[in-house]
Amino acid sequence: MSALTAVVSANGLIVAFLAVGLLLWLSYFMSAQITGGRIHGSAIAILLGLLAAYWAGRATGGSRGLADISLLAGIGLMGGGMLRDFAIVSTAFGVHPSELRKAGLAGSLSIVVGVLVSFVLGAAVAVAFGYRDAESITTIGAGAVTYIVGPVTGTAIGASSEVLALSVTTGVVKSILVMVFTPLLARRIGLNNPQAAMVFGGLMGTTSGVAGGLAATDPRLVPYGAMTATFYTGAGCLLAPSVLYLLVRALT
Amino acid sequence: MIIYGVALLSACLLAGQFAGELLGQWLGVQANVGGVGIAMLLLMLACQSERCNALIAGPAGRGIHFWSAMYIPIVVAMAATQNVAAAVDGGLLAILAAVLAVIAGFALVPLLSRIGKPGEALPPASDHDAS
Repeated sequence: MSALTAVVSANGLIVAFLAVGLLLWLSYFMSAQITGGRIHGSAIAILLGLLAAYWAGRATGGSRGLADISLLAGIGLMGGGMLRDFAIVSTAFGVHPSELRKAGLAGSLSIVVGVLVSFVLGAAVAVAFGYRDAESITTIGAGAVTYIVGPVTGTAIGASSEVLALSVTTGVVKSILVMVFTPLLARRIGLNNPQAAMVFGGLMGTTSGVAGGLAATDPRLVPYGAMTATFYTGAGCLLAPSVLYLLVRALT
Repeated sequence: MIIYGVALLSACLLAGQFAGELLGQWLGVQANVGGVGIAMLLLMLACQSERCNALIAGPAGRGIHFWSAMYIPIVVAMAATQNVAAAVDGGLLAILAAVLAVIAGFALVPLLSRIGKPGEALPPASDHDAS
């Protein structure tokens, strides 16, 4: 037993490849046998991954899902920012820049609209829950933008740590909702072409949510959605602690 | 050589992230601004350029294709490392704020997609793993 543990802990990333491979096999099997192919295997795999992360979070009390289980620590590396970004960039291989230019205006506009709408809704909920100081309202609004914009903004304007945690949680909930609901709603919102994918990436903005949601919908849309989503967090970090904070302060 | 493609991909990611960091500093933002997007643009430009042909043609291209085929497994691993427990425990405020933001996002997609020339649907995919 100790020999097996030694092998597993010395080969974390390899164990992760095996574990994710098995999970995908199970998901594609379920997709074909249970749903008759109606729900795509990758959508089921992402859902099972989220369920496993929930279970692991409950079991370990950690914040990194399955990666907090020592035998599966390699999943943290495989699903971490480095390999995720590497894989996202690789999807741009063979994409023609003219496709991007076609949706250039709509794509750029969607980033600004996405940041503003998310912020306003998040801030309104904060007010509805009784927050009255501009720092807390701005930080929670920024959390509804993404879970990176929230803490960056909160730290910059000096929000309390309780509000910071709340804004991170808001962003995490958003990213998970986008992962789960994108494949279900894709058809209804016309998300089946590069231009719509760019708009979608700009409106949602959460890189992990958009990456997961488009993977489960149609992987060929990934480069377009990822392209705008990657500028969204930057736009949020630019607007929230400056213009939007001043605006909230003027209103409170 | 497969490694040439992988090396080109790495060079694009690093250059893009570096540009994103610089852009963030220049804007006075504590974040990387569009690093991954810039990296994607660099890779697209490299694919168009004659000079980079040796880095993407034949086996070298397979080095890049491998990583784009690994995209879904990597995203599944990413999903499995999210803090889902905290999201579920997030309380009404966090959940309500997120739900509203996501509903608004979905509702606005068809609206904003109408700007400019409407996109044409991709042909049905024969096999997702192929892409």
